[in-house]
Amino acid sequence: MSLGESSTPIGKVRGLGASGEGGEHWLTERVTSIALLLLGTWLIASLLLLPDLGQRTVLEWLHAPSGAVPMALLIVIGFKHALDGMKVVVDDYVHEPGNNFALNTLLLFLAIGGGALALFALARIAFGGVA
Amino acid sequence: MVVSILHRATGVALSIAGLAVLAWWLLAVSSGPDAYATFTKAAASPLGLVVLIGLTWSFFQHLLSGIRHLVMDTGAAFELGVNKTFAILTIVGSVLLTAVLWFYILQVRS
Repeated sequence: MSLGESSTPIGKVRGLGASGEGGEHWLTERVTSIALLLLGTWLIASLLLLPDLGQRTVLEWLHAPSGAVPMALLIVIGFKHALDGMKVVVDDYVHEPGNNFALNTLLLFLAIGGGALALFALARIAFGGVA
Repeated sequence: MVVSILHRATGVALSIAGLAVLAWWLLAVSSGPDAYATFTKAAASPLGLVVLIGLTWSFFQHLLSGIRHLVMDTGAAFELGVNKTFAILTIVGSVLLTAVLWFYILQVRS
């Protein structure tokens, strides 16, 4: 069946399919993936370039803006991309509306909670003393 | 087919184990030498190494098959031959990158 037959006029104008949403989610997933391509490569390159991976060395690296800012971006965009991706998996396999809502809500809380925890740790490193 | 499933599986692994390790690592760094020693002890254990190497491979596999998906989003590489070659290359690439990286970490640096 072509889109022309199955969609309502307003749906056709907005380019939406049967779900009534998803275009923005689809695009966000791709834009964040490109950002993570850069940030992930940055993380691996940085870890390889550090003289060692001792606590002191890592602390000094993430205390400087050149380390702290990309790491903050990696945390925020990484958790967002993970949440978007996990939602696709949940929506594909969990069809019962109640269970779907419960699982997606749990994932939302985990992503925001985990992201906040990681950002808090990074803030403590970035704004704390390096003594 | 296989690469598409791998993209999903590695994505789930990175979302759960990958981000958990990242958060634990940052918390350990921020908490001081003692907490960091606990983290590195776990990371250097046999199970820790399996997890870290597995996450490294997951990262490279997800990255390369992600690039493949971006290319296919443009409508390119749907021809059977090209598509299959591209899919196989993501696996060859991710295994190769993981092997080179961990050979360097375990043999050259330590």
